[in-house]
Amino acid sequence: MKGFWPVYKKELYATFASPIFYAVAFIFLVVTGIFFYLILDYFNHLSFELAQNPMFARQVNVMEIALRSFFLNLSFILLFLAPLITMRLYAEERRSGTIELLFTYPISDSAAVAGKFAASATAYLLLLVGTMPGIITFALIASPAWKPIVAGYLGTFMIGCSFISLGLFTSSLTQNQIISAFAAFGMLLILWFIGETATLLGPGLGSVAEYLSVTRHFDAFAKGVLDSRDLIYYLLFVTLFLFLTHRQMNSYRWRG
Amino acid sequence: MIEAEGLTKFYGPIAAIKDVSFQVKKGEIVGFLGPNGAGKSTTIRILTCYMPPTSGTARVDGLDCMERSLEIRKKIGYLPENVPLYRDSTVRRFLRFAASAKGISGGKIEKEVRRVVGMCGLEKEVNRIISHLSKGYRQRVGLAQALISDPPVLVLDEPTIGLDPTQIIEIRHLVQELGHNRTILLSSHILPEVAQICGRVLIISKGEIVATDSPKNLTSQLQKTTRIMLEVSSPAIEIAPAIEKIRGVQRVEADAEGSGKFIIEADPSSDVRPDIARMVVEKGAGLLELRAVQLSLEEIFMQLVTREEIAEKAPSLEETSHVEVAE
Ligand SMILES: Nc1ncnc2c1ncn2[C@@H]1O[C@H](COP(=O)(O)OP(=O)(O)OP(=O)(O)O)[C@@H](O)[C@H]1O
Ligand SMILES: [Mg+2]
Repeated sequence: MKGFWPVYKKELYATFASPIFYAVAFIFLVVTGIFFYLILDYFNHLSFELAQNPMFARQVNVMEIALRSFFLNLSFILLFLAPLITMRLYAEERRSGTIELLFTYPISDSAAVAGKFAASATAYLLLLVGTMPGIITFALIASPAWKPIVAGYLGTFMIGCSFISLGLFTSSLTQNQIISAFAAFGMLLILWFIGETATLLGPGLGSVAEYLSVTRHFDAFAKGVLDSRDLIYYLLFVTLFLFLTHRQMNSYRWRG
Repeated sequence: MIEAEGLTKFYGPIAAIKDVSFQVKKGEIVGFLGPNGAGKSTTIRILTCYMPPTSGTARVDGLDCMERSLEIRKKIGYLPENVPLYRDSTVRRFLRFAASAKGISGGKIEKEVRRVVGMCGLEKEVNRIISHLSKGYRQRVGLAQALISDPPVLVLDEPTIGLDPTQIIEIRHLVQELGHNRTILLSSHILPEVAQICGRVLIISKGEIVATDSPKNLTSQLQKTTRIMLEVSSPAIEIAPAIEKIRGVQRVEADAEGSGKFIIEADPSSDVRPDIARMVVEKGAGLLELRAVQLSLEEIFMQLVTREEIAEKAPSLEETSHVEVAE
């Protein structure tokens, strides 16, 4: 992994120097705020109704419902925002020719891929941290159940990392940032909705579709359940796309 | 120090270079010359481990570029063609990245950056954003990143292209100075420049090495005819056919129709100038100037790179002497 840190630092700096990151951060935090408000509203509403209906209340965890839809919404906007963070990574190096520097400095290809991925993941982590104050206050006021919050954030982080790895891959395919971003949107939307097709596909293919679906694995996290199978799914996802990016850059080198 | 052995590179079905072999010894400054599209950058990119060749081997300091890529990359300072730089970054930040990428440890980075900034005359620009710099200064930043970590081998792809004459001279001096204890391979279209800096030139044309020698030897080897420049005051008088009849004259050619200037090519074994002078005076054409001209390096270069065409369509030396070499 020779050269990981220099690449990581360079990319992190480039991310923070780019106006796109601030636009993404702004949209992300505003939309999160809106969701948060809606959830609070819904929570109040539900709590009020349940208070009048104590029999029903015992079966429903209001907190869980609220958090679940919050995290699910968060990752859905991420589907649109993550490609905007990653589109620059390789496409810009290819367009401007700086890939020639990256390829001729003593930096191994895998270190470059890992460094770029890690820098985007770090930037994303910062965005997530930005959403924490609100949700923590909410949890403190409502009921101090930490597990669903921790699991929810872990899941959201994992799903974001998956999106980033896919975005990094599409960025390595082209020298055009816009194409890279749209390719990532397209692929992510397919992976997002593929779970819905499960019932149409019948039991065999359906279970495959279900396994591939990024949301199915996210559900458990959002419910506050940590399942190693879901964790493994996201780790495999990230590894696969980092590997594909590495392959793609290697073949780019061969084509010259 | 640098060895190319039978390098061939295909881009799709097209071969950009074919069986290119040469060596650059330790401490040499070698110029790599060729017209546009000859394959200079392609060869250089293989030597700097940017891309692998389709076949053949490239070695730097005895190490194979395919197998020991990372080690070799440490030894080479490379200035790519068109000087790609991270333009949104400041000069300092970019050079710091280059330094840490080249394995310089944290505490020494600032010192190293200051050293190359000093060498390339960038002191005033270190805190500026690279995209705000002029072309010449960006070129210097490119050179500065190549010099980081003081590599024993420098590979510069057209280091002076697009610079003004003062900057060209400055860069040339810098390269000469760097050459005292380094191996340098630099590509260029500009012959006088290469002749001044380089001890040896490699000439490449259509993907093949067509000549390699010192600039001086190339000039003498290829000078098969003496050239004489003649100018007369009355161009109206027909003198060309008479001159052509003089023993030893091979060809007479009017420089421009009606200007009274002629280029005469003659056998180098005997000096035909006295005969020409006599003839011009006899005809009463008014002799203004008569002198032997040296083939310029440009013309030699053109002879080499267009040699095949000459062989194909026999007597057409005009083409070789009138095509301008792009600068
Ligand atoms: N990435 C590429 N894909 C396809 N063909 C290429 C590529 N790069 C170069 N070529 C072709 O290979 C040949 C050699 O190109 P190269 O860039 O090595 O020439 P050069 O000698 O550096 O020319 P110049 O003086 O213009 O820089 C050219 O015909 C060019 O069109
Ligand atoms: Mg070139």
